[in-house]
Amino acid sequence: MDASEEPLPPVIYTMENKPIVTCAGDQNLFTSVYPTLSQQLPREPMEWRRSYGRAPKMIHLESNFVQFKEELLPKEGNKALLTFPFLHIYWTECCDTEVYKATVKDDLTKWQNVLKAHSSVDWLIVIVENDAKKKNKTNILPRTSIVDKIRNDFCNKQSDRCVVLSDPLKDSSRTQESWNAFLTKLRTLLLMSFTKNLGKFEDDMRTLREKRTEPGWSFCEYFMVQEELAFVFEMLQQFEDALVQYDELDALFSQYVVNFGAGDGANWLTFFCQPVKSWNGLILRKPIDMEKRESIQRREATLLDLRSYLFSRQCTLLLFLQRPWEVAQRALELLHNCVQELKLLEVSVPPGALDCWVFLSCLEVLQRIEGCCDRAQIDSNIAHTVGLWSYATEKLKSLGYLCGLVSEKGPNSEDLNRTVDLLAGLGAERPETANTAQSPYKKLKEALSSVEAFEKHYLDLSHATIEMYTSIGRIRSAKFVGKDLAEFYMRKKAPQKAEIYLQGALKNYLAEGWALPITHTRKQLAECQKHLGQIENYLQTSSLLASDHLLTAEERKHFCQQILDFASQPPDSPGHKIVLPMHSFAQLRDLHFDPSNAVVHVGGVLCVEITMYSQMPVPVHVEQIVVNVHFSIEKNSYRKTAEWLTKHKTSNGIINFPPETAPFPVSQNSLPALELYEMFERSPSDNSLNTTGIICRNVHMLLRRQESNSSLEMPSGVALEEGAHVLRCSHVTLEPGANQITFRTQAKEPGTYTLRQLCASVGSVWFVLPHIYPIVQYDVYSQEPQLHVEPLADSLLAGIPQKVKFTVTTGHYTIKNGDSLQLSNAEAMLILCQAESRAVVYSNTREQSSEAALRIQSSDKVTSISLPVAPAYHVIEFELEVLSLPSAPALGGESDMLGMAEPHRKHKDKQRTGRCMVTTDHKVSIDCPWSIYSTVIALTFSVPFRTTHTLLSSGTRKYVQVCVQNLSELDFQLSDSYLVDTGDSTDLQLVPLNTQSQQPIYSKQSVFFVWELKWTEDPPPSLHCRFSVGFSPACEEQLSISLKPYAYEFKVENFFTLYNVKAEIFPPSGMEYCRTGSLCSLEVLITRLSDLLEVDKDEALTESDEHFSTKLMYEVVDNSSNWAVCGKSCGVISMPVAARATHRVHMEVMPLFAGYLPLPDVRLFKYLPHHSAHSSQLDADSWIENDSLSVDKHGDDQPDSSSLKSRGSVHSACSSEHKGLPMPRLQALPAGQVFNSSSGTQVLVIPSQDDHILEVSVT
Amino acid sequence: MAVCIAVIAKENYPLYIRSTPTENKLKFHYMVHTSLDVVDEKISAMGKALVDQRELYLGLLYPTEDYKMFRKLHNSYTDVMCNPFYNPGDRIQSRAFDNMVTSMMIQVC
Repeated sequence: MDASEEPLPPVIYTMENKPIVTCAGDQNLFTSVYPTLSQQLPREPMEWRRSYGRAPKMIHLESNFVQFKEELLPKEGNKALLTFPFLHIYWTECCDTEVYKATVKDDLTKWQNVLKAHSSVDWLIVIVENDAKKKNKTNILPRTSIVDKIRNDFCNKQSDRCVVLSDPLKDSSRTQESWNAFLTKLRTLLLMSFTKNLGKFEDDMRTLREKRTEPGWSFCEYFMVQEELAFVFEMLQQFEDALVQYDELDALFSQYVVNFGAGDGANWLTFFCQPVKSWNGLILRKPIDMEKRESIQRREATLLDLRSYLFSRQCTLLLFLQRPWEVAQRALELLHNCVQELKLLEVSVPPGALDCWVFLSCLEVLQRIEGCCDRAQIDSNIAHTVGLWSYATEKLKSLGYLCGLVSEKGPNSEDLNRTVDLLAGLGAERPETANTAQSPYKKLKEALSSVEAFEKHYLDLSHATIEMYTSIGRIRSAKFVGKDLAEFYMRKKAPQKAEIYLQGALKNYLAEGWALPITHTRKQLAECQKHLGQIENYLQTSSLLASDHLLTAEERKHFCQQILDFASQPPDSPGHKIVLPMHSFAQLRDLHFDPSNAVVHVGGVLCVEITMYSQMPVPVHVEQIVVNVHFSIEKNSYRKTAEWLTKHKTSNGIINFPPETAPFPVSQNSLPALELYEMFERSPSDNSLNTTGIICRNVHMLLRRQESNSSLEMPSGVALEEGAHVLRCSHVTLEPGANQITFRTQAKEPGTYTLRQLCASVGSVWFVLPHIYPIVQYDVYSQEPQLHVEPLADSLLAGIPQKVKFTVTTGHYTIKNGDSLQLSNAEAMLILCQAESRAVVYSNTREQSSEAALRIQSSDKVTSISLPVAPAYHVIEFELEVLSLPSAPALGGESDMLGMAEPHRKHKDKQRTGRCMVTTDHKVSIDCPWSIYSTVIALTFSVPFRTTHTLLSSGTRKYVQVCVQNLSELDFQLSDSYLVDTGDSTDLQLVPLNTQSQQPIYSKQSVFFVWELKWTEDPPPSLHCRFSVGFSPACEEQLSISLKPYAYEFKVENFFTLYNVKAEIFPPSGMEYCRTGSLCSLEVLITRLSDLLEVDKDEALTESDEHFSTKLMYEVVDNSSNWAVCGKSCGVISMPVAARATHRVHMEVMPLFAGYLPLPDVRLFKYLPHHSAHSSQLDADSWIENDSLSVDKHGDDQPDSSSLKSRGSVHSACSSEHKGLPMPRLQALPAGQVFNSSSGTQVLVIPSQDDHILEVSVT
Repeated sequence: MAVCIAVIAKENYPLYIRSTPTENKLKFHYMVHTSLDVVDEKISAMGKALVDQRELYLGLLYPTEDYKMFRKLHNSYTDVMCNPFYNPGDRIQSRAFDNMVTSMMIQVC
C-alpha cells in the first residue's frame, strides 16, 4: 500500500490533544472518509462506565487519527499516555477475492503481527463497500464473502472487530445507517480501550506510589506519571478527574512536608530545600508552564516552582470548570501553605523575598480571575477575593517597612541594597505580561522604586481592601486594615489622618468588649492625640490608660504622670478648666449618710461619707472634691415627717453604686431595667390632684445613643454644673484603691437635697461624674411639736387602771423648765398619779438621751404634768394610768325582757351580736405649752362584761339567774355578788344560792349567779333588781385603789305562775307500752294555780255571775317529729279564773319512732278577741266565717285548725290584722306565768311487732 | 497544636481567650476578633440556607483547628454553662475549663 509519508506529529501539550487512533491499510480511502469521520465522531455522547465504582459519565469522543507506524506502539514500561495509541484501525476497500488473497491478507497479517508483538488488542478492521466498484466488477464474489473471509482469517471469536461501512460518501439512508453503526462501534471500542488502558495505567501508577518509602523513589518522577493521567482526563474533557490527580499530588506533597517537619524526612525532599533564589510569583496565564514542568522533570524545581506549577494547573482546570472563586480561595490557602512549608523545611529565604512572591502571586491570581469574569460577577464575589487583596496589602506594607519606604527620611543605603536584591530575585518580566500596563511585576517594581510610589500603591491597595471589606460587612477586618493604615500614617507623621482609623477601630473594640485590642489601640490613639495637640482628648485617653490593668505598672504610671504634669502647669488662662469624665480616674463605690436615714432637722449636722475607688496607679493629690447638690422644696410635706423618712430609707443608710462596666460592652440586652415611678402633683391649697404621670428615673442610662458610646473618649459631653449648694472636701490625697471621704454640712433650709455631680479637681483638670446614680437624696425638715396619746394595749378596759402612752415630739420647740401639759379632767375618767412614773427623752435617732421623774399635780378640774427639759427635735415619752369609772350601766334589761318572752331564740341572737364589748368614750382636752389651742384626745374604753338575766320557775317557786360573760382577754376575780330589789316590795326576799364569795372568771367565759325569790303576801307584778359584783384583774395581787363594783339593773315582770300544764301519754287500752304506728292518747291537763290577780285583768277576761274566765289557746307541737298529732292540734279553751280550775284536753298521737321519746310541747297562748266598735256586737268567732282556711267555723268553744299545716297561718292571722278584717290576737303568756310540769318527761315506745320493713334511705 | 483558644459570647465579646504564652497575645486577640467577621457570615448563611442546624462546627476560620478539638471544647463549654453558679455572659473562670484548654494547647495533633 502506498502510504503517504506523513510526518509523526510531535506531542504538544495543549488543549488540542486528542486520543490517538492509528490508521493502517488504504490511506487514500481513509483520507476520503476522514472529514466525515472527524466531524461525526464527537457528535453523539457515549456513556463511559468506569472501574472502581466511579460514576459513569457521558463523554464526547474525539480522536487524532494518525498513520500507523510500528514506532507508535509503546514499548514495555512506557509511561507516556498522551502518545499512547488507543485504537488501531485497518481500512480496506477490497471486494475482490483475488486482490484480497494477493495483497490485503498479507498486509493485514503483517499489521496483526505487529500489534500482537506489542500485545495490543485494540484494533478494528473496516471494510468500505462501494456500489460503483461493485458495478465495475460484475464477476466478483458477493461482498459478504470478503467480510466473511476477513472475519474468518483474523477475528477468531471477535466478529465485531470487523465492520462494514457502506457507501460512506453517499447521501442515503443506508449510508447513514451504516455510519451510525460504525461510529457506535468505534466509540465503544475506544471507551473499552480507555477503560482497559487507563485502568492498567492507574494500577501501575499506584504500584509506583506504594514504592514511595523505598530509598530511590522520586516524587518528581511520580509527579510526571500521575500528571500523564491528568493530561489524559483533560484530553477527554474530564477536568474534574484531571483536577483530582493534581489534588492528590498536592496532598501527597503536603503530607511529605508535614512528615518532614515531624522528623520523618524523605531523601528526595531535601532537594526542595534549596535556598530560594527566584520569587517571581505564580504564572497563571499559560495553560501549562512548560519551563517549570521541565524543571520538575529534570528534578531541578524548587519548592516554590513545584507549588507554582501545581497551582497553575489546578487554576487552569478550575477555570475550565467555571470555578474562579475556588481559585481565589485555594490561592490564599496555597500562599499561606507555602510560607509555612518553607518555614517547616527551614529553607533559607532572603528577607522580603517571600513577601514579593506572595504579593506578586496575589495580584496574579486576582488579575487572572478578573480576566475571565465580568465586573458584576467580581463585585458580587468580593468575599472570595478580598482575602487576597488584604494579603497583598499586608505584604506590600511589610516590604515597605523592610525597604525603608515608610520612614520619614526615606530609605538608607542598606535599604536600597536590600531593594536591589529583592528586585534581582524577580528576574525579568515574563513575555506574556510584558505588554500589560498593570502587571503585578510592574506594580511591585514601581512600588519599591520610591517613597512616593510606594505610598500611592500602598494607599490604593489599603483603601480598596477597606472598601471591599466594608461593602461585604466585614467591619472588623476593615478596621484591622485601617489600623495598619493608621500605623503607616503615624510613621509618616500624619497623625490627623491616623486618628479617624484609630477611633473607628477603638469604637468597634469597645462595642464588643475586647480588652486587649482596646488597650493597644488606646495607646496608639494617645500617641496620635499627643501629636495632634488635642489636650483634653489626650488627657482623657491617658486617664483611661492609667487605669488600665492590662498595662504594666510603668506604663500606667507614665500616663498618670502625663496628667499630673499637665495639671501642675499653670493654665493658659486663669480659671480655665479641663473637664474629664471621672470613671477612668476614680469610681464612686458607695455612699452613706450619718444619720443613716439621711434626714436631718434644720440646724442639724449631716455627714456624707463616700468611698472613692481611685484607678490611678499612684497616689494623687486632689485639691478639692465637690458634690453639687440640687435643692428642691418638696411639695408633699408629709415626706418630711420623721416617721415617713425612717420608714422609707435603707436601714443601714449605705447606697452602693454599680461599678462602671466600661471597658466591657454594654450589650443591647443588658441595659438596665426601666425604673418607673408614679408621680402625683397636688395643688398646694386644697391637696387636689393636679397632674399625674410616670417618670423614668434612669433615662440617662437608657437613652444613651449607642453610637455615642465612643464619647467616653470625648470629654466634651461632660458639663460642669454650677450650683449654690455644694458639699466640699479640700486637699485629699487619693491612694490607689478605696478611699473614704467625708463631707460635713449643717442643714439650713428644709427641703430635699439631691446629690447631682461629683467633681475632683487636680490643678486645672477636673474629673467629673456627671450623674450620681442611683439617685441620692437627703432631707432637711422642720417639724411642728406634736403630742400623741395612745393606749398601750389594743383597747382600754373600763373599770380597771389602764396605761396610756404620751409621746411628745418636740419638733422645733425646745421644752423649757416649767413647761407642762394641762389635762382637763373628764368626769368619769380618773388619772391615777403614781409617784414612780418617769419620762424618757429620746433624741431624733431614737437614742435615749435622758430620763426624768414626772411631776403630776392634780386638782379638781385639771391635771398638770410638768415635762422634762428637752431640746428641739427630741421625743419625750411617758406613761400614765387612767381609770374609766363604770358609768350608770346601760340598761340591758329591755332586750332581756324580750328575751324572756322567747328565751331560746333570743339567746341565739345575743350570741351573734354580743361579740364586741360595749364602749364608752372619754374626751380629754390637753393644753400644750407650744400652742394656744387645746388638743382634744378621745380615749375609748370597753366594758369587759356583758350580763344577762333569766327567770326560772319550778312550780310556783321562782329563781333569778344572772349570767356574767367576760368578753375581754383578761381573767378577772369576781367577788361580793349582790342582788337587791330596788323596788319597795317589803315582803320580797332574794335568797342567794351562790356558794363562793370569790370566783374567777376567765377570758371569754361566763359565770352564773342564782337567787330564789320568796314572798309571803301576794307577789308584786314586777320586780326591779340591781345586780352588782366586785371585780379585779386576776393577775394583779394588789391594786393601789379600790375599784368600783360592776353593776347591772334589770326588771322582771309577771313572774308569778298562773297555769300548770301537764301532759301525759297513755298506751292504747289493753297495751302495756306505746307502739310505733299505733294511736296513743295524749292527755293535757291545764290547771289554774291562783285566783284572780292583777295581771289577769285584760281583754280576754270575761265575767259572768261573779265567775271570771279567760280564753286560752293551747297548741301541741312536736318539733322533733317524733309524734304525729292526729286530728286537731290546737284549740281555744275558756279557762275559769280560779285556783285549781282545771281543763283537760284529750287528743290522739301516734309515735313515729321507737325508744324513749320526749313528749310533744304544749304551748299556751292568751286568746285576745279583737276589740273594736263595729264588731263588738258580733260573736267573737263569727268573723271567722270569712276565713275558713284559718279557723274551723263550727268550733264554737274550741275552734280547731283543721290540720297541722294551717298552724302557721293561725299564728299570722292571730298576731296581726289580716286584710283589714278584725282578727283575734294571740299573746304568748310570759314564761314565768306557765309552768310545764311534764317537761323533760319521756315515754317508752316499743317497735310494732310486724314492723319488718326497714327503710333505708341513702343520700 | 492549638496556639490560641477563645470562647466568644453571642454579643461578640470574649468569654474566654487564651493563647500560648510564647506567642504575641495581642496578635491573637486581633486575629480572633477579625475572624468574627467570618463567623458572622457563616452563621447568617446558616440561617438562610437550611443547613443542618445541629452541626455547630463552623469550619475553618483560620487553618489551625480541627474537628475533634472543637467537640471537646464544646463539651467542656457545655459543662461550664451547666454550672448553676455560672451567670451566662460572664467571663469564664472555671478551672476545669482552663485545664482542658491547657491540655488542648499542649496536645500535638
